[in-house]
Amino acid sequence: MGVLRESEYDDAPPRMGFFTDTSVCIGCKACEVACKEWNHVPEDGLSFSGMSYDNTRGLGADTWRHVAFIENRSETAPVDLGMPAVGLPGSGDVRPDLPPGGDLLDAEGKLQWLMASDVCKHCTHAACLDVCPTGSLFRTEFGSVVVQEDICNGCGYCIPACPYGVIDQRKDDGRAWKCTLCYDRLEVGMEPACAKACPTDSIQFGPLEELRERAQQRVDQLHEQGVDVARLYGHDPEDGVGGDGAFFLLLDEPEAYGLPPDPVVTTRDLPAMWRRAGLAALGLAAGVVAAAWGRKG
Amino acid sequence: MAECHPVGFQWVMEAKARGATVIHVDPRFTRTSALADLHVPLRAGSDIAFLGGLINYVLQNDAYFKEYVVAYTNAATILGEDYVDAEENDGVFSGFDPEDRSYDFHSWQYEGMEVQAASGQRDQQYQDRVAADQKSGVNKAGRGEAHGSGGAAIRGEIKHDDTLRHPRCVFQVLKRHYARYTPEMVEEICGIPQDLFHQVAEALVKNSGRDRTSAFCYAVGWTQHTVGVQYIRAASILQSLLGNIGRPGGGILALRGHASIQGSTDIPTLYNLLPGYLPMPHAHEHEDLDAYIQADSTEKGYWANSRDYMVSLLKAWWGPAATPENEFCFEYLPRLTGSASTYDTVMAQLAGKTNGYFLIGENPAVGSANAKLQRMAMANLDWLVVRDFSLIESATWWKDGPEIETGEMVTDDIKTEVFFLPAAAHTEKDGSFTNTQRLLQFHHQAVEPAGDARSDLWFTFHLGRRIREKLAGSRDPRDRPILDLTWDYPTKGSQDEPEAEAIIAEISGWNAKGEPLSSYQELAADGSTACGCWIYCGVYADGTNQAARRKPAGEQSWVAPEWGWAWPANRRLLYNRASADPEGKPWSERKAYVWWDPDDGKWTGHDVPDFKVDKAPDYQPPKGAKGPEALTGVDPFIMQADGKAWLFVPSGLSDGPLPTHYEPQESPFTNPLYRQQRNPARELHKHENNRLQPSGDEPGAEIFPYPLTTYRLTEHHTAGGMTRWVPYLAELQPELFCEVSPELAAERGLEHGAWATIVTARNVIEARVMVTERMAPLQVAGRTVHQVGLPYHWGPNGYARGDSPNDLTSVALDPNVHIQEVKALACDIRPGRRPRGPDRIALVHEYQQRAGITDTTGTEV
Repeated sequence: MGVLRESEYDDAPPRMGFFTDTSVCIGCKACEVACKEWNHVPEDGLSFSGMSYDNTRGLGADTWRHVAFIENRSETAPVDLGMPAVGLPGSGDVRPDLPPGGDLLDAEGKLQWLMASDVCKHCTHAACLDVCPTGSLFRTEFGSVVVQEDICNGCGYCIPACPYGVIDQRKDDGRAWKCTLCYDRLEVGMEPACAKACPTDSIQFGPLEELRERAQQRVDQLHEQGVDVARLYGHDPEDGVGGDGAFFLLLDEPEAYGLPPDPVVTTRDLPAMWRRAGLAALGLAAGVVAAAWGRKG
Repeated sequence: MAECHPVGFQWVMEAKARGATVIHVDPRFTRTSALADLHVPLRAGSDIAFLGGLINYVLQNDAYFKEYVVAYTNAATILGEDYVDAEENDGVFSGFDPEDRSYDFHSWQYEGMEVQAASGQRDQQYQDRVAADQKSGVNKAGRGEAHGSGGAAIRGEIKHDDTLRHPRCVFQVLKRHYARYTPEMVEEICGIPQDLFHQVAEALVKNSGRDRTSAFCYAVGWTQHTVGVQYIRAASILQSLLGNIGRPGGGILALRGHASIQGSTDIPTLYNLLPGYLPMPHAHEHEDLDAYIQADSTEKGYWANSRDYMVSLLKAWWGPAATPENEFCFEYLPRLTGSASTYDTVMAQLAGKTNGYFLIGENPAVGSANAKLQRMAMANLDWLVVRDFSLIESATWWKDGPEIETGEMVTDDIKTEVFFLPAAAHTEKDGSFTNTQRLLQFHHQAVEPAGDARSDLWFTFHLGRRIREKLAGSRDPRDRPILDLTWDYPTKGSQDEPEAEAIIAEISGWNAKGEPLSSYQELAADGSTACGCWIYCGVYADGTNQAARRKPAGEQSWVAPEWGWAWPANRRLLYNRASADPEGKPWSERKAYVWWDPDDGKWTGHDVPDFKVDKAPDYQPPKGAKGPEALTGVDPFIMQADGKAWLFVPSGLSDGPLPTHYEPQESPFTNPLYRQQRNPARELHKHENNRLQPSGDEPGAEIFPYPLTTYRLTEHHTAGGMTRWVPYLAELQPELFCEVSPELAAERGLEHGAWATIVTARNVIEARVMVTERMAPLQVAGRTVHQVGLPYHWGPNGYARGDSPNDLTSVALDPNVHIQEVKALACDIRPGRRPRGPDRIALVHEYQQRAGITDTTGTEV
C-alpha cells in the first residue's frame, strides 16, 4: 500500500480499484454511457471510425471509459480439421461436453473478437500527479487520482506525462479531464457508474488487494480450461508504474488492445537524472575551481 | 442476444460460467458469437433446412426421448387417409388451392375427427359449424394469433399407435417428411460444413434427456421470413422430440423486439385479438355471443371456458351497462370484415381507403418493410397523429423525406394534416412491461414529463373523455359503445395522469362485491366477475400490485416467484407437468421441477403446477367429459384439445402442418428439395413500388446476386426513435454501415471506410463500408456465396443519420401472422455513393429493366 504513504490520510479506507475481466466483456458499452451520464461528460464525435465497432477511438478528455474491439486470429496452431476449435479465444482444448469436430478455421487460427473496456489506470506511481504544478491532481483517500477542476490551470504538463495516454485537455476550456473513479459515488459508499452498469460484471470494483486475488483465481481457472492466452495486465506492483489501481485480464498481448506493454512512470528517472546533473554540476564547479587555483600558482 | 439483449445475456454468461455450452447460429459473427463456444454461420433464410436436418438426425439416430415423445406428444396419433405430404407432392401439401393461394386443412385431420385449432386459424371451422356453405374468407381475416394453441375434438376418440409404427402415425409421417434433410443437404442449402453440423447435433443430443436439457433462444432472425412461423414450429418439433419442453433449462425462448411486445399482444394492439388472445369477432351473419362462443371455444382443454373470460372482459369494459339481457354488450364490439393488419392498412392507405392514422411509438418510415411505400401511403391520408419523443421520420417525411429529394413527392401537394404530440418516456410515468417470460414488471414514475409531453395513458384516457363529452346526450345507437364504457379512472398529479394501478386492478379483475380476484378459475359467465384480461387475472390479487414485487434473488427460491408476476397465475414455466414422467415422478432428481405427491393427492414442486392441482397421473376422464375435465393425467399440454405437444399440426396454420424448406421470396438459389421454390401460401401485395425480383435460375436473378440480411446493434433500438436523438448513443454508432467480407470487397471493389451503394427492385441506399472477416463467405449449392449485412436503425433525422435499409426491403409476408421478410432478400452492391435527386429513381428503374422485372415477377405461387 505504498501509495497511501505518499499521502496524508488518517484512517484511510483500503485502496479501491477496478479489475476489468475482458474475457466476459460483451462489448455493450453500457460503461461508456453510464460514465458520461453520471459525470456529464459531453458527446465527443459523431463519425464512423471504421475501427470495428469502436467509434469512440480512445480515452480522452471527453471519454473516460472506452471499449476496444479487436478482430484478429487467435494464436492456435495451424489447423487440421480434426482439431476442435471451441472454447474461448486462444483455447486449443475441446470443452468436455462438445464432441470433436471442425469449425470455420483456416491456417491462420480461429477468428476472434476481443472486447475490452479501457479506463484510467490510477497508477501507484502516477506521473500526472508527479508533474502537476498546481496541486490540482491529488491522491484521494481511496488511492485514486483525481483532477480538481477548479484548480487546474490548463498548463497541460500532465498530458504528455501519462504513459497510457489517458488524461487530456478539453479544447474549449483548456483544463485536463479524466476518470475520477466516481469519487463522489465512493464517498457515499456507492460503486462507480461503469461498474454498476456492466451487465456481466466484466468491470469489478472493490478493495484492490481482494481484486488482485480474485483476478489470479480467474486466470488460473481459465488456464485450467485451456485458455492459455489469458494473462493479467497492470496487476504487478513491481512494474514500471508500481502496479495499477485499475488492472485487467487480457486474452492477447497488450499491444493488440492498444496498451503499452511496459509502461513506466515518466518521472521514474527524475531522481537519478537530478543526481547526475548535480554530479555534473559539481564536477564542473570542481573543474572551475581547479582551473582558477592552478592559475594562481 | 448479446447484441440485442445485453442485460439478459448476463444470464447466458452465468450459465456458461456454470458449464453450459453456448452455440450461436447466425449468418454473421456478432458480439454473441464472440462469447459463444461455437458459432455456426449459415445462409440467411435457410434455417428450416438446418432445423429439419437436426430433426432428421434425431429420428435417424433414435436420439429422441422416447418415453416423453410417446406419452406427451401426438407422435402416436394416426392421420386420415387423405393426407398427402409435401414430400410426395413437389413441396406442396394436400388441400392447396392455387387460385386462392390457400390451404383447406381438412385432409390434415386426425383419422375420424375434426380438430379445432386453439391457436392459428381458429375460425376456419366457423363456416363448417355455424354458417352454411361459404368460401372461407377467414384466411384473410387473419385469425393467426387468436386463442394461443390447441384444438377441440368434436367427436370420436383419437386413434393412436403407441409403438409408433403405423405408417400414418405422426411419427412415421414426420420421419418421411424430413428423410432428405441429411447433413449433406444441410451443407448444400445452408452452407454449414458437415462436421460443424455434427458438432451441433451431437452436443444437442448429449445435453437432452432425463438428466440434461437444452434451450433455444430466438428472435426476429427467425420470425421475419415468409416462413417465419414454420421456423418456430421446426424448433418446437425438435425440442418436443428431445423432451425439452416444460422442463427447467429447456424450452424455446422468444427474445422480443422491444421491452413490452409480449404485453402488446396480451393486452393487444393487434387488430384481430381481444385481451388474453380471445379472437376479435368476425362479421359473420347473425353473429351473437352464443355463436361466437360456439365457433371459438373448444370442448376439451381450457379454452372451453372462453365464455367466462369473454363475459368478464365485457363487464370490465361496459360495467353496469353489460347485462345478460343484452349479451353483456357483445354487440358493441367492432367486427372484422377482413384483415386490418399493418401492411393491409398501408395498402388501403395507398388506395385512398383510410382517412386517419395514429402512430404511437412507431416509426414505419424507417422501421417497416418497404419504407418508401409507408411514406407514400401516409401521403394519402387526411390526417396523421404521431406520438414520440422526437420528430421521427414518420412525422417529417412530408417536408424532408427521401421522396421530396427525388421529386416523387412535392410538399405543397401533400394534403395530409400531421399532428405531432410529444410523448413521455417510461421513467416519466407509471406502467408495466411484460417480457418474454410472460413476466409483468411494474415501473414507477421518477419525474413528471416536461413541457407538453404526456404518457400514452394520459393521451388515451383524455381523448376518450373529451369524445364522451362531445357525444354526451346523444341518442344515436352508434354512440352507445363509447358512452356506456366505464371510463371513471382516477387521476393524479398536476397533469391529471390516470392512475396506472387502477387500470392494472381492472385488468386483474374483481367479483360482484368488488373484491380483487386471485385466479382466472374464479371467472364466471353470469356477469358476476369483471376482468380486463383473463390471463392477467390475479396480478392484483389481495389488492396488492404483484407486478411491483422485487424480492431479491438471495431471499427466495431459485424460481424467484416473488419478483414481478408471470401470467397465468404466476406460473414461471409453462407445461411443467412434462417435467415429471407419466407416473408423476421427476424424470431425474437433477431436473426435478414439479411432481405428484401421492400422500397429499396434489401436484407440488418448485413452481405453480401447470395442471389441475389434484388431478392424479392415472386420471382417466369419464365418457362425455368436457373442458379441462376431458384431459387425462398424462396430458401436460393443457391448451391443446388432446393435451399433447403437436409435432404435426392438423389445424391452425395457413401454410402447412409440417415445416418445409422453402427459399425466401428473393433468393439467388433454387430450392434443391422441391419444385416448389417458395412458400405457396405466402402473402404478397402488388404495387408498382413493391416490385419483386426473380430468384434462383429465373432470368434476371443474377442482377441481384448477393443475399442480404438486416439486423440490429446494441447501441441503437429498432427504428431509432429512442436512440438516434440521444448523443451518448448516437456517437457509439453514428452512421449506417454495411458489413461485407474481404472477398466480397475485392470482388466488388469496395473499400473499408469508404461508401457502398446497395440496390434492390424497390430502392437504392448508400452506407459506409465495414470490411470484416466476421462476414464469412459460404459454400452453398457448390458455389461461393457472399452475404451483405445491414443494421437497420438509420433514417435522415436525429444525430445519427443515414439511409434506411428498409427502403430496400419488400412487403412479402408470413401468411399466419403477416410479418415481413426482412431477414433474407437479395441485392446488388457497388462502390461509391448513391445518386441524388431523380437519378436515384432512375438507377432503380435501370436495375428493374436489366432484371426484366414486371408486375408479376416473383408472384407465382
